[in-house]
Amino acid sequence: MKYSIDTEGRFTVIALEGEIDLYYSPQARDIILKSLREKRAVLIDLSRVSYLDSSGVASLVEGYQLAKSDGLEFALVGVGNAALQVLQLARLDRVFPIYETRAAALMEQV
Amino acid sequence: MSQDSLLLELHFPSQAEQLQHVRRKVSEILQQQHCHVNEIDCAVLAINEACMNIIQHAYGGDCSGRIILKIFDSGEELVFLLIDFATPVEEHKIRPRDLDEIRPGGLGVHFIREMMDECRFLECPDGIGNIFQMRKRKLKDKGC
Repeated sequence: MKYSIDTEGRFTVIALEGEIDLYYSPQARDIILKSLREKRAVLIDLSRVSYLDSSGVASLVEGYQLAKSDGLEFALVGVGNAALQVLQLARLDRVFPIYETRAAALMEQV
Repeated sequence: MSQDSLLLELHFPSQAEQLQHVRRKVSEILQQQHCHVNEIDCAVLAINEACMNIIQHAYGGDCSGRIILKIFDSGEELVFLLIDFATPVEEHKIRPRDLDEIRPGGLGVHFIREMMDECRFLECPDGIGNIFQMRKRKLKDKGC
């Protein structure tokens, strides 16, 4: 798994890349939680994620919960078919704010 | 199962880093059988989740455990067997969580049930370990 972290507007954007499975999800979790501890809104870019399993979903849920408890925004962008199928199975596509593009996320008024 | 043709037999240790290789092999073998891409995705996800359950729960993170994956073609359906040598699981304790609860974890069983037509534990001949069987009916107009 590769990742990059950038700042765009109000967001810390975490772009994950590759397969987020049981082996890599602890790393994804750490990156997400560390960014949230800086008390900034977090946007997770999944456009380069080719596989997501339930452990990867758990990392996203943990981030979502921490953000919610701290009153921070937590959203997803670039959710491809592989990730969307899993999020839909878990009915989390109705829970996470999901944007098609980073620009769309930045334009959203909160 | 004797009349079923064995498509794949894979032996691997109970380690998370093995899962990528397992997914590749499953995908490869089902592509060779001309399975529909959606069916391949279903099989890969269900097998991955079942392997995760073995690694995390049956073996409790012990990386020295052994796992065997077998895939059979029974004509009408694909049959997936996952065999481990851990303490037998108590099947009645395995339940998917309520999806209305938003919390990490507990989704694997739900994913498996959604992806497969049938899944159950088989009786182990010697009482050691677990045999988890998943079955998926093939699409009529495709190889799988």
